[in-house]
Amino acid sequence: MAEPRLIEISPVTRVEGHGKVTIHLDADNNVDEARLHIVEFRGFERFIRGRLMWEVPVIVQRLCGICPVSHHLAAAKAMDMIAGVDTLTPTAEKMRRLMHYGQVMQSHVLHFFHLAAPDLLFGFGAPAEKRNIFEVIKENPELGKRAILMRKYGQEIIEATAGKKIHGTGAIPGGINRNLPIERRDHFLSNIDEMIDWSRDAVKLARDYTLEHEDLVAEFGSFPSNYMSLVRESDGALDLYHGNLRALSSTGDMIFDQVPYTQYHEKIVEDVRSWSYMKFPFITELGPDAGWYRVGPLARMNTASFIDTPLAAEAHKELKAVTGGSPNNSTLANHWARMIEVLHCVEKIRELLNDPDLQGTDLVETGDRREEGIGVIEAPRGNLIHHYKVDEHDQVTYCNLIVSTTHNNEGMNRAVKDVAVKHLSGKEQITEGMLNHVEVAIRAYDPCLSCATHALGQMPLQVELFDAHGGMIDSRTQCV
Amino acid sequence: MSGTKRETGFTFTIDGVEVKATAGMTIMEAADEAGVYIPRLCDHEGLRHQGSCRVCTVKAGGRSVAACTQPAAPGQSVENETPHLTKMRRDLVEMLFHEGNHLCPICEASGNCELQAMAYRLDMTEATRFPYLEPCRSLDASHPDIALDTNRCISCGRCIRASQDVDGKGVFGYVGRGIHRRVAVNGENLADTDAEATDHAISREVCPVGCIIRKRVGFAVPIGEREFDHGLIGHEIEEKRK
Repeated sequence: MAEPRLIEISPVTRVEGHGKVTIHLDADNNVDEARLHIVEFRGFERFIRGRLMWEVPVIVQRLCGICPVSHHLAAAKAMDMIAGVDTLTPTAEKMRRLMHYGQVMQSHVLHFFHLAAPDLLFGFGAPAEKRNIFEVIKENPELGKRAILMRKYGQEIIEATAGKKIHGTGAIPGGINRNLPIERRDHFLSNIDEMIDWSRDAVKLARDYTLEHEDLVAEFGSFPSNYMSLVRESDGALDLYHGNLRALSSTGDMIFDQVPYTQYHEKIVEDVRSWSYMKFPFITELGPDAGWYRVGPLARMNTASFIDTPLAAEAHKELKAVTGGSPNNSTLANHWARMIEVLHCVEKIRELLNDPDLQGTDLVETGDRREEGIGVIEAPRGNLIHHYKVDEHDQVTYCNLIVSTTHNNEGMNRAVKDVAVKHLSGKEQITEGMLNHVEVAIRAYDPCLSCATHALGQMPLQVELFDAHGGMIDSRTQCV
Repeated sequence: MSGTKRETGFTFTIDGVEVKATAGMTIMEAADEAGVYIPRLCDHEGLRHQGSCRVCTVKAGGRSVAACTQPAAPGQSVENETPHLTKMRRDLVEMLFHEGNHLCPICEASGNCELQAMAYRLDMTEATRFPYLEPCRSLDASHPDIALDTNRCISCGRCIRASQDVDGKGVFGYVGRGIHRRVAVNGENLADTDAEATDHAISREVCPVGCIIRKRVGFAVPIGEREFDHGLIGHEIEEKRK
């Protein structure tokens, strides 16, 4: 009989942030426990206290370099509420939406082509030196070119709306500080058809992979769960910028619907566990065991009644048809969902670029001050909640952030355990390729561990192997 | 301006450029009129000269002097942009960064900040070499329309002179000595003073950094339209020579 072991994967690579995985094997080499540990701590919720309210959208976006726009806009929405502004001017709302669609587009493209594509193209067990964007470019130069230019397009949209590609200042309490000059609009319109074509090809690539690997997708890190996202207030359509909360069970039963996001704290609670800096939220009425849920692109495909842009709508219907209209529980289907959202964003960008409101000059609204503000947005990785209280001197006294990766914490841990059980259990020797299977499952969620621990740094993954008595037997570390 | 009556004109040179002056003019006043920029932080148009930041230090007659207070002299040869003086100025600016908590990425003065702009002009492209003192100073947001974040104060004293000489109030003053000298308000906090948002001392152009803040207008000017987005600090003076 073999000795019990503990495997540690640290750092987890090709995700944003810093985390590790530990896998406990018993004396028969079967997986006893597998966990994703978030080992960073940042403390934004604490040190934002005392700062002035209009600084908040600029400060908290520093949580992340990949999706700063999401934090910038969620915080700005919360500050709108504190500034007493319930409805923005058309120019302000549309400029913010344009910024957000550019952000979701570039982030999804970054994840799919730069981070996930090496696994999908070369196989989960391919040699480590093969699994990177440079090999993807070598293997398929056209794909590599599109990956770079699509991301550039999204980043330039952000720059045009926020002033900088990363960490801009566009959204201010009550509105926006700029409009879109005609010459910038014309520049973006000159490339939009190409972006639509490339996005459609990306959807096809992800769809074909999902359908051609039907068995793998069906079993790899897949399990039933609840799903939650914003949906449009009027009709339940996909809306990445604004709406009400909707949660579905794994079979499609409505748990709650059209709940104003200002009531989020009545619907979800955050649980704390001793081994992770990341919290574990769950739906209050279902409790921690049954109430955990997933967010993100696939969750949104599951919760949205439909998509209001024609090309993405068709793609959405095709994805829904795979499960007969019921929620899709396959972790790897996230990639397909993600590319549908890229197409949706590009269609939305085209729609907005043709809207003269973007050249409007009425940029900021004012209102009667409130003490509390909540802003919720659908960030690339899923639902993002910012909640603040501000005193009569304009200083922040309270901050609570629930980011997408935190919502997905339980789901990622279950995916890690599911893949570890299926691919590592009973094996005498654990290879690097086997460990990458665990990372592939985490990567499907496109986690941002920096955001989730409110952290700076690269994303190292560590796998540790412990014996039944807790002694470490083996450890493998992957560096970025 | 000193207010001294000007007399017969004369010339002197700054880095070999002939500059006209009249009696009573400082080296900096003559340089500004001639389109020669001498870096400065504590000096500001419309306020009396103080000569405390020493960023305007030039060499005149072999001596280091503050250009904002030193009278110009006929035939004088002044050194301004020499490698030695530029390095000395950069060291001074680095020390200002080292003394305070200057977090440009999240500061609403970024792009309009003279300290930041001076660092760019002096080619300070990396973090200060000196260990950060990281002082712990609280933010005074007690006033309904004004906030004071002294983490960003460089003790230039421009607000003190503006409040005393222009507003006639005395809202601000220095407290402490040596490295402990700080700008403070004349009261328990800002709300306890007679400061108003319309005071000259509160205007954006008087505070060279993001210390004195007019509330609820931060980040309203977009990136690309801020004061130093289109040129180095001092470019408007240098353009007179073009």
